[in-house]
Amino acid sequence: MLLISCPNCGSRDETEFHYGGQAHVAYPESPNELTDREWAEYLFYRDNTKGAFAERWLHSTGCRQWFNMLRDTVTYEIQAIYPMGSPRPDAAGKVTAETGTASTAADSTTTGSAAPSIAATSTSPTSSTTAPEGATK
Amino acid sequence: MAETAAPANSAQKNLSLRVSPAAPLGGAFEAGSVKGVVELREVSFLTMVGLRVDRNSDAGQRIAAVTGGLPAASGGVSGTGDTSVLWLGPEEFLVVAPTEAHESLGGDLIQALREALADGAGQVVDLSANRTTFELTGPRARAVLEKGCSLDLHPRVLSAGTALSTEIGNIPVVLWKTGEESFRIFPRASFADFLGRWLLDAMREYASPEVP
Repeated sequence: MLLISCPNCGSRDETEFHYGGQAHVAYPESPNELTDREWAEYLFYRDNTKGAFAERWLHSTGCRQWFNMLRDTVTYEIQAIYPMGSPRPDAAGKVTAETGTASTAADSTTTGSAAPSIAATSTSPTSSTTAPEGATK
Repeated sequence: MAETAAPANSAQKNLSLRVSPAAPLGGAFEAGSVKGVVELREVSFLTMVGLRVDRNSDAGQRIAAVTGGLPAASGGVSGTGDTSVLWLGPEEFLVVAPTEAHESLGGDLIQALREALADGAGQVVDLSANRTTFELTGPRARAVLEKGCSLDLHPRVLSAGTALSTEIGNIPVVLWKTGEESFRIFPRASFADFLGRWLLDAMREYASPEVP
Protein backbone atom coordinates (compact mmCIF):
# COMPACT_ATOMS: atom_id res chain seq x y z
CA MET A 1 0.00 0.00 0.00
CA LEU A 2 1.24 3.46 -0.87
CA LEU A 3 1.42 6.02 1.89
CA ILE A 4 0.48 9.28 0.18
CA SER A 5 1.19 12.62 1.80
CA CYS A 6 -1.84 14.82 1.21
CA PRO A 7 -0.90 18.53 1.17
CA ASN A 8 -3.77 19.26 3.59
CA CYS A 9 -4.04 16.17 5.78
CA GLY A 10 -0.60 14.58 5.94
CA SER A 11 0.22 10.93 5.32
CA ARG A 12 -2.76 8.68 4.65
CA ASP A 13 -3.37 5.27 3.14
CA GLU A 14 -3.68 4.93 -0.61
CA THR A 15 -7.26 3.63 -0.14
CA GLU A 16 -8.39 7.11 0.91
CA PHE A 17 -7.44 8.50 -2.50
CA HIS A 18 -8.74 8.31 -6.03
CA TYR A 19 -6.53 8.34 -9.09
CA GLY A 20 -7.19 11.07 -11.64
CA GLY A 21 -5.01 10.04 -14.56
CA GLN A 22 -2.26 11.95 -16.29
CA ALA A 23 -1.71 15.54 -15.18
CA HIS A 24 -1.09 18.57 -17.39
CA VAL A 25 -3.36 17.51 -20.28
CA ALA A 26 -4.48 20.93 -21.42
CA TYR A 27 -7.96 21.48 -22.81
CA PRO A 28 -7.67 22.37 -26.52
CA GLU A 29 -7.70 26.09 -27.15
CA SER A 30 -10.30 25.86 -29.92
CA PRO A 31 -12.08 22.50 -29.57
CA ASN A 32 -14.44 23.23 -32.47
CA GLU A 33 -11.59 23.31 -34.95
CA LEU A 34 -10.21 19.89 -34.05
CA THR A 35 -10.67 16.95 -36.35
CA ASP A 36 -12.20 13.79 -34.92
CA ARG A 37 -8.77 12.25 -34.72
CA GLU A 38 -7.35 15.21 -32.79
CA TRP A 39 -10.32 15.21 -30.43
CA ALA A 40 -9.86 11.48 -29.81
CA GLU A 41 -6.18 12.08 -29.13
CA TYR A 42 -7.12 14.68 -26.53
CA LEU A 43 -9.77 12.51 -24.88
CA PHE A 44 -8.27 9.07 -24.90
CA TYR A 45 -4.55 9.08 -25.70
CA ARG A 46 -2.27 9.25 -22.68
CA ASP A 47 1.40 8.69 -22.09
CA ASN A 48 2.48 5.27 -20.95
CA THR A 49 5.62 6.35 -19.20
CA LYS A 50 8.23 4.13 -17.71
CA GLY A 51 9.78 6.28 -14.99
CA ALA A 52 8.68 9.60 -13.53
CA PHE A 53 5.03 10.25 -14.33
CA ALA A 54 2.96 13.31 -13.37
CA GLU A 55 -0.56 12.36 -12.33
CA ARG A 56 -3.57 13.76 -10.54
CA TRP A 57 -4.94 12.44 -7.25
CA LEU A 58 -8.02 13.24 -5.17
CA HIS A 59 -8.10 12.78 -1.40
CA SER A 60 -11.68 11.55 -1.60
CA THR A 61 -12.26 10.39 1.98
CA GLY A 62 -10.29 13.25 3.52
CA CYS A 63 -10.25 16.87 2.47
CA ARG A 64 -11.72 16.13 -1.00
CA GLN A 65 -9.07 18.27 -2.71
CA TRP A 66 -7.15 17.49 -5.89
CA PHE A 67 -3.37 17.63 -6.11
CA ASN A 68 -0.61 16.58 -8.50
CA MET A 69 1.94 13.91 -7.80
CA LEU A 70 5.16 12.92 -9.53
CA ARG A 71 5.51 9.17 -9.15
CA ASP A 72 7.95 6.68 -10.56
CA THR A 73 5.92 4.04 -12.37
CA VAL A 74 8.69 1.46 -11.89
CA THR A 75 9.64 1.89 -8.24
CA TYR A 76 6.45 3.61 -7.05
CA GLU A 77 8.65 6.22 -5.41
CA ILE A 78 6.72 9.46 -4.86
CA GLN A 79 9.12 12.16 -6.02
CA ALA A 80 7.02 15.27 -5.52
CA ILE A 81 3.57 16.46 -4.52
CA TYR A 82 2.54 19.86 -5.82
CA PRO A 83 -0.67 21.91 -6.21
CA MET A 84 -3.02 21.79 -9.17
CA GLY A 85 -2.15 24.36 -11.79
CA SER A 86 1.54 24.60 -11.03
CA PRO A 87 4.08 23.26 -13.55
CA ARG A 88 5.76 19.91 -13.22
CA PRO A 89 8.60 20.45 -10.74
CA ASP A 90 11.24 18.11 -12.18
CA ALA A 91 13.51 18.51 -15.20
CA ALA A 92 10.86 17.27 -17.64
CA GLY A 93 8.87 20.46 -17.16
CA LYS A 94 11.80 22.66 -18.20
CA VAL A 95 13.74 20.58 -20.72
CA THR A 96 10.76 20.41 -23.06
CA ALA A 97 10.65 24.13 -23.73
CA GLU A 98 14.23 24.18 -24.99
CA THR A 99 14.19 20.95 -26.93
CA GLY A 100 10.64 21.17 -28.24
CA THR A 101 11.10 19.18 -31.42
CA ALA A 102 12.89 16.36 -29.66
CA SER A 103 10.09 15.83 -27.17
CA THR A 104 7.40 16.04 -29.85
CA ALA A 105 9.11 13.20 -31.63
CA ALA A 106 9.21 11.22 -28.42
CA ASP A 107 5.54 11.94 -27.87
CA SER A 108 4.51 10.87 -31.33
CA THR A 109 6.06 7.46 -30.73
CA THR A 110 3.81 6.93 -27.73
CA THR A 111 0.66 7.83 -29.64
CA GLY A 112 1.36 5.56 -32.58
CA SER A 113 0.77 7.13 -35.98
CA ALA A 114 -0.06 10.59 -34.72
CA ALA A 115 1.10 13.39 -36.96
CA PRO A 116 3.55 15.85 -35.36
CA SER A 117 1.03 18.71 -35.65
CA ILE A 118 -1.50 16.74 -33.58
CA ALA A 119 1.00 16.07 -30.87
CA ALA A 120 1.74 19.77 -30.72
CA THR A 121 -1.88 20.79 -30.20
CA SER A 122 -2.99 18.00 -27.95
CA THR A 123 -0.32 18.34 -25.32
CA SER A 124 0.83 21.43 -23.50
CA PRO A 125 4.55 22.27 -23.65
CA THR A 126 4.98 21.30 -20.00
CA SER A 127 3.26 17.97 -20.24
CA SER A 128 5.26 16.03 -22.79
CA THR A 129 7.09 13.10 -21.38
CA THR A 130 10.64 12.61 -22.42
CA ALA A 131 12.06 9.25 -23.26
CA PRO A 132 15.58 10.14 -22.05
CA GLU A 133 14.29 10.75 -18.55
CA GLY A 134 12.53 7.43 -18.36
CA ALA A 135 15.73 5.82 -19.60
CA THR A 136 17.75 7.31 -16.78
CA LYS A 137 15.66 5.51 -14.16
CA MET B 1 -41.34 13.90 20.82
CA ALA B 2 -41.94 10.24 21.57
CA GLU B 3 -43.47 10.97 24.96
CA THR B 4 -45.88 13.54 23.55
CA ALA B 5 -49.32 12.06 24.22
CA ALA B 6 -51.24 13.95 21.56
CA PRO B 7 -49.15 15.52 18.80
CA ALA B 8 -50.20 19.13 18.41
CA ASN B 9 -49.49 19.32 14.70
CA SER B 10 -48.35 17.15 11.83
CA ALA B 11 -44.68 18.16 12.16
CA GLN B 12 -44.53 16.89 15.74
CA LYS B 13 -46.33 13.73 14.76
CA ASN B 14 -43.76 13.09 12.07
CA LEU B 15 -40.92 13.65 14.53
CA SER B 16 -42.35 11.07 16.92
CA LEU B 17 -42.34 8.52 14.11
CA ARG B 18 -38.80 9.03 12.88
CA VAL B 19 -36.29 6.22 13.25
CA SER B 20 -32.54 6.80 13.45
CA PRO B 21 -30.32 4.83 11.03
CA ALA B 22 -28.91 2.45 13.67
CA ALA B 23 -32.09 2.21 15.78
CA PRO B 24 -32.60 -1.49 14.96
CA LEU B 25 -29.22 -2.18 16.58
CA GLY B 26 -30.07 -0.32 19.81
CA GLY B 27 -30.56 -3.53 21.79
CA ALA B 28 -27.42 -5.09 20.35
CA PHE B 29 -25.39 -2.00 21.31
CA GLU B 30 -26.61 -2.33 24.89
CA ALA B 31 -25.92 -6.05 25.02
CA GLY B 32 -22.53 -5.70 23.33
CA SER B 33 -21.25 -2.88 25.54
CA VAL B 34 -18.91 -3.98 28.32
CA LYS B 35 -19.33 -1.68 31.31
CA GLY B 36 -16.17 0.16 32.21
CA VAL B 37 -14.25 -1.40 29.31
CA VAL B 38 -15.80 -0.27 26.04
CA GLU B 39 -19.30 1.00 25.47
CA LEU B 40 -21.11 1.88 22.26
CA ARG B 41 -24.29 3.83 21.74
CA GLU B 42 -25.95 5.80 19.01
CA VAL B 43 -26.58 9.49 19.56
CA SER B 44 -29.48 10.04 17.22
CA PHE B 45 -30.67 13.08 15.31
CA LEU B 46 -27.89 15.54 16.05
CA THR B 47 -28.20 18.71 14.04
CA MET B 48 -25.48 18.89 11.40
CA VAL B 49 -24.87 21.67 8.93
CA GLY B 50 -22.49 21.57 6.01
CA LEU B 51 -20.60 24.79 5.48
CA ARG B 52 -18.60 25.73 2.43
CA VAL B 53 -17.01 29.12 2.82
CA ASP B 54 -13.58 30.71 2.67
CA ARG B 55 -12.78 31.40 6.32
CA ASN B 56 -10.82 34.53 5.41
CA SER B 57 -13.66 36.13 3.48
CA ASP B 58 -16.19 38.52 5.00
CA ALA B 59 -18.90 35.84 4.88
CA GLY B 60 -16.51 33.41 6.56
CA GLN B 61 -15.91 35.82 9.40
CA ARG B 62 -19.63 36.47 9.82
CA ILE B 63 -20.22 32.71 10.02
CA ALA B 64 -17.31 32.30 12.45
CA ALA B 65 -19.02 34.84 14.71
CA VAL B 66 -22.13 32.62 14.81
CA THR B 67 -20.34 29.29 15.32
CA GLY B 68 -17.55 30.54 17.57
CA GLY B 69 -14.75 30.32 15.01
CA LEU B 70 -13.90 28.14 12.03
CA PRO B 71 -10.98 25.69 12.41
CA ALA B 72 -7.89 26.53 10.38
CA ALA B 73 -6.38 23.16 9.48
CA SER B 74 -6.91 19.42 9.32
CA GLY B 75 -8.03 17.96 12.64
CA GLY B 76 -9.21 21.29 14.00
CA VAL B 77 -12.41 21.67 16.00
CA SER B 78 -13.77 25.00 17.16
CA GLY B 79 -17.05 26.22 18.53
CA THR B 80 -18.81 27.58 21.56
CA GLY B 81 -21.02 25.82 24.08
CA ASP B 82 -22.56 22.71 22.60
CA THR B 83 -22.05 23.78 18.97
CA SER B 84 -18.86 22.49 17.36
CA VAL B 85 -17.34 23.03 13.95
CA LEU B 86 -15.21 20.26 12.45
CA TRP B 87 -12.67 20.86 9.70
CA LEU B 88 -13.41 18.76 6.62
CA GLY B 89 -11.47 20.64 3.95
CA PRO B 90 -9.77 23.99 3.34
CA GLU B 91 -13.15 25.61 2.69
CA GLU B 92 -15.48 22.93 4.04
CA PHE B 93 -16.73 22.49 7.60
CA LEU B 94 -19.29 20.41 9.49
CA VAL B 95 -21.28 22.04 12.27
CA VAL B 96 -22.48 19.59 14.93
CA ALA B 97 -25.10 20.80 17.38
CA PRO B 98 -27.69 19.22 19.70
CA THR B 99 -30.99 17.93 18.33
CA GLU B 100 -32.88 20.95 19.65
CA ALA B 101 -30.89 23.31 17.43
CA HIS B 102 -32.71 22.01 14.36
CA GLU B 103 -35.35 24.27 12.92
CA SER B 104 -37.99 21.51 13.03
CA LEU B 105 -37.72 21.71 16.84
CA GLY B 106 -37.70 25.49 16.97
CA GLY B 107 -33.92 25.99 16.85
CA ASP B 108 -32.50 28.95 14.96
CA LEU B 109 -28.93 27.74 14.24
CA ILE B 110 -29.39 26.99 10.55
CA GLN B 111 -31.30 30.21 9.93
CA ALA B 112 -28.61 32.19 11.75
CA LEU B 113 -25.92 30.60 9.58
CA ARG B 114 -27.89 31.34 6.41
CA GLU B 115 -28.27 34.94 7.43
CA ALA B 116 -24.56 35.18 8.25
CA LEU B 117 -23.63 33.86 4.81
CA ALA B 118 -26.13 36.25 3.17
CA ASP B 119 -25.03 36.73 -0.44
CA GLY B 120 -21.40 35.75 0.19
CA ALA B 121 -19.83 32.93 -1.81
CA GLY B 122 -20.51 29.62 -0.10
CA GLN B 123 -23.12 27.18 1.11
CA VAL B 124 -25.10 26.46 4.26
CA VAL B 125 -26.82 23.08 3.91
CA ASP B 126 -28.82 21.16 6.50
CA LEU B 127 -27.09 17.74 6.61
CA SER B 128 -28.72 16.41 9.78
CA ALA B 129 -30.00 13.32 7.96
CA ASN B 130 -26.71 12.66 6.16
CA ARG B 131 -24.79 11.06 9.01
CA THR B 132 -25.60 9.46 12.32
CA THR B 133 -23.42 9.55 15.40
CA PHE B 134 -21.86 6.67 17.31
CA GLU B 135 -20.27 7.25 20.67
CA LEU B 136 -17.54 4.79 21.62
CA THR B 137 -16.19 5.21 25.15
CA GLY B 138 -14.02 3.36 27.61
CA PRO B 139 -10.38 2.43 28.10
CA ARG B 140 -10.54 -0.09 25.23
CA ALA B 141 -12.17 2.29 22.72
CA ARG B 142 -8.85 3.02 21.04
CA ALA B 143 -8.03 -0.69 20.74
CA VAL B 144 -11.38 -1.30 19.05
CA LEU B 145 -10.84 1.47 16.50
CA GLU B 146 -7.28 0.38 15.79
CA LYS B 147 -8.64 -2.83 14.29
CA GLY B 148 -9.95 -0.93 11.30
CA CYS B 149 -8.40 2.53 11.23
CA SER B 150 -4.88 3.14 9.99
CA LEU B 151 -4.46 6.55 11.63
CA ASP B 152 -2.12 6.73 14.60
CA LEU B 153 -4.64 6.91 17.44
CA HIS B 154 -2.07 6.94 20.24
CA PRO B 155 -2.68 9.89 22.61
CA ARG B 156 0.78 11.33 21.90
CA VAL B 157 -0.29 11.86 18.27
CA LEU B 158 -4.08 12.19 18.42
CA SER B 159 -5.09 14.49 21.23
CA ALA B 160 -8.62 15.00 22.50
CA GLY B 161 -10.50 17.63 20.54
CA THR B 162 -9.28 16.46 17.14
CA ALA B 163 -11.57 15.42 14.30
CA LEU B 164 -10.30 13.72 11.16
CA SER B 165 -12.16 12.37 8.21
CA THR B 166 -10.77 8.95 7.40
CA GLU B 167 -11.75 5.29 7.02
CA ILE B 168 -12.85 2.84 9.70
CA GLY B 169 -13.60 -0.73 8.66
CA ASN B 170 -13.07 0.38 5.04
CA ILE B 171 -15.92 2.90 5.07
CA PRO B 172 -15.49 6.68 5.06
CA VAL B 173 -16.28 8.33 8.40
CA VAL B 174 -15.45 11.42 10.40
CA LEU B 175 -13.69 10.42 13.62
CA TRP B 176 -13.79 12.93 16.45
CA LYS B 177 -11.84 12.30 19.62
CA THR B 178 -13.98 14.10 22.19
CA GLY B 179 -12.12 13.01 25.33
CA GLU B 180 -9.18 10.89 26.44
CA GLU B 181 -11.26 7.73 26.21
CA SER B 182 -14.22 8.76 24.12
CA PHE B 183 -14.72 9.00 20.40
CA ARG B 184 -17.57 10.14 18.22
CA ILE B 185 -17.84 8.46 14.85
CA PHE B 186 -19.97 9.93 12.07
CA PRO B 187 -20.79 7.34 9.38
CA ARG B 188 -23.20 8.14 6.58
CA ALA B 189 -26.70 6.86 7.30
CA SER B 190 -26.48 4.03 4.79
CA PHE B 191 -23.27 2.75 6.41
CA ALA B 192 -24.60 2.97 9.98
CA ASP B 193 -25.83 -0.61 10.15
CA PHE B 194 -22.60 -2.00 8.73
CA LEU B 195 -20.35 0.06 10.98
CA GLY B 196 -22.51 -0.71 14.03
CA ARG B 197 -22.14 -4.44 13.44
CA TRP B 198 -18.46 -4.04 12.64
CA LEU B 199 -17.86 -2.23 15.94
CA LEU B 200 -19.88 -4.81 17.89
CA ASP B 201 -17.75 -7.56 16.39
CA ALA B 202 -14.56 -5.67 17.23
CA MET B 203 -15.76 -5.14 20.83
CA ARG B 204 -16.72 -8.75 21.44
CA GLU B 205 -13.35 -10.00 22.65
CA TYR B 206 -13.33 -7.50 25.54
CA ALA B 207 -16.43 -9.16 27.06
CA SER B 208 -14.45 -12.31 27.82
CA PRO B 209 -11.84 -12.52 30.55
CA GLU B 210 -8.36 -11.66 29.33
CA VAL B 211 -6.28 -14.66 28.35
CA PRO B 212 -2.97 -14.43 30.18
